[in-house]
Amino acid sequence: MPARAKKSKSTARRPAPAPRAKSGSSGRRVYMITGGVTKFAKAHPAMDFRLMVKRAYDYALKEMPGLTKDRIDGTRISYFSDHFSRQLKAASMVQDYLGMNPKGSVRIEWGGATGGECFQAAYEAVASGRMDVCLAAGYETMSRVATWKGNEFIALASDTNFDFPLGGFYTGYYALMVIRHIYEYLRLTRFAHIKDEREAQRMAIAEGQRIMSLVSVKNHRNALHNPYAQYPKKSTVQSVLNSEMISYPLTRDQICTMSDGAACAILTTESVAREFTDKPVQVIGVGTGTDTMRLADRPFGKVPLMPHEKAKDYEHLPYPGVHSFRAGRAAGIEAYRMAGITNPTKQLDFIELHDAYASSEIQTYEDLGLCKYGEGYAYTEHGDPFLKGIDYGFPVPNAGTMPVNPSGGLIACGHPVGATGLMQAVFAFWQLQGTIPKHFGDPTLQLKNPQRGAIHSHAGTGSVVTVSILKRGF
Amino acid sequence: MRPKPPVYDKFRDVQAELDKSGAAIFHDADGVESLIIRFPYSINYIHSYAEDSPFFLGLAEGRLRGSHCTKKSCGFVYATPRSHCMVCGSPTEWIDLPKKGRLHSWTTCHFGSEAFLKETPYNLALVEFDGVGSVLLVRLKDAVESDLYVGMPVEARFDPNPKYSITDVWFVPSK
Repeated sequence: MPARAKKSKSTARRPAPAPRAKSGSSGRRVYMITGGVTKFAKAHPAMDFRLMVKRAYDYALKEMPGLTKDRIDGTRISYFSDHFSRQLKAASMVQDYLGMNPKGSVRIEWGGATGGECFQAAYEAVASGRMDVCLAAGYETMSRVATWKGNEFIALASDTNFDFPLGGFYTGYYALMVIRHIYEYLRLTRFAHIKDEREAQRMAIAEGQRIMSLVSVKNHRNALHNPYAQYPKKSTVQSVLNSEMISYPLTRDQICTMSDGAACAILTTESVAREFTDKPVQVIGVGTGTDTMRLADRPFGKVPLMPHEKAKDYEHLPYPGVHSFRAGRAAGIEAYRMAGITNPTKQLDFIELHDAYASSEIQTYEDLGLCKYGEGYAYTEHGDPFLKGIDYGFPVPNAGTMPVNPSGGLIACGHPVGATGLMQAVFAFWQLQGTIPKHFGDPTLQLKNPQRGAIHSHAGTGSVVTVSILKRGF
Repeated sequence: MRPKPPVYDKFRDVQAELDKSGAAIFHDADGVESLIIRFPYSINYIHSYAEDSPFFLGLAEGRLRGSHCTKKSCGFVYATPRSHCMVCGSPTEWIDLPKKGRLHSWTTCHFGSEAFLKETPYNLALVEFDGVGSVLLVRLKDAVESDLYVGMPVEARFDPNPKYSITDVWFVPSK
């Protein structure tokens, strides 16, 4: 295949790998003590963003008798786009509606990773000693514009000189990424023996579509037991493949939707946590990574390694190119190091992963070191990210090894951008507390005795990714 | 005085009513009634291409311009130009890219932003060039989904009536 051979010739000069973060934590220990989520929905016309956040906040406070507003030192408030409600400085109105004035606050925005960034901003407020109790709250009201206008607003978060005028369509960008991912990891492996190039790539893409559909079925069926989810569905591989083609090879059921929703998390110090709850959850690691805004600028360099990997695993892999998320890898490396995680598959019990696309969930398995680069498809087929005890309609031999998106993820829960990363924090918090049965009114999704979980938030084509590691604190 | 707008319990019907009269009431499952109105917004930005300008002026002359780093020990070559090198921070110089390349990746979009829906389906392609360290995102024309594959030779075409947009260049399969 000429592309790969010539590529190596054309990329003699490789930029340096992602810088490695300094190891270890600093500052005070930080705990999450409560959180709340609204149901994510296509539209909540009867609630504006202020009321949605208030509902999530009231839920969080109701869970924490004795915790009152006067104990909260300040807030971090996140939403992605001013365009969606045509209300600039909307975070001020949230602060106002919650009655938080004149306490300190910062509005957080960084694309799809907005919610994850907000969570880490609250972490930093407490870790630094600036606050003892910090409220992280986020929302998005995406129903206020038509779906394809909403796609336009989202695509304005791509380079408006070079990318947006070509179609203004994020699904198209992710389709470009997964076509290359399939080429690298299915065409050149499972279909290496097929001589006709077009035919081999066509077969590899069909195989990729089938495996992505497994992820979609997993997330939709998990969500059947999550009352907060927007699109729980008893889907099948066939129904996912038959859903409308949006941007080849991605079908509608492999893509998250626009949503209205809000979520919040309250973070605090160890001593305050002990004062209010006997089931706190500690934040033991935070990591963030970034990459070029334009897909086209992604370099072809070396893979930044995790402790359980070797350089020779990836000797001939141009990285990240457009097939993988270097920002996700950098975020994972930083968060794992801080949390003392040397092998995530052994030391994490579950991940709430930013699956805006079924493709990006599979790509992220590799970025986060759950399997090697190139093994994401097989890892999915073996069933490691699936839950035990749920009927997916196909065999999942390794189910329960590393549950990913037990809640249903973005594909089934929805993706009200500024709330999404905080929603993951709340679901992970409830998992670690063992309170999923109470909050979901259904015990099915509660994992058995999880000790550590990761939450993963991701912005446009992997330009920003956050990973935070939570640990049972009791 | 204005009579109460029509009440709907389907959000889709609310949107249709807004198209007609500009106001509607949504009656939700909890019995809450919300007044919903039209809130239009449009603007023409005074958009400067600034340091990217030579690229877009080049397209209008039928030139495809990248850039390369001027520092000898670096020398990174960019298909999508930037005026400073992302690797070492040195200034770059403009270069002419080859007009022939290969598909690094591709897709066919059956939807797009509202502004581009009428152009669907359209192909997007990342094009790689010999001797160049990054790739270029473009539209790919004169080809359908079943024609396309990674590695396919493609070549540039330029709009005879340039609009100073990245869409002034597109690629087609090489004959």
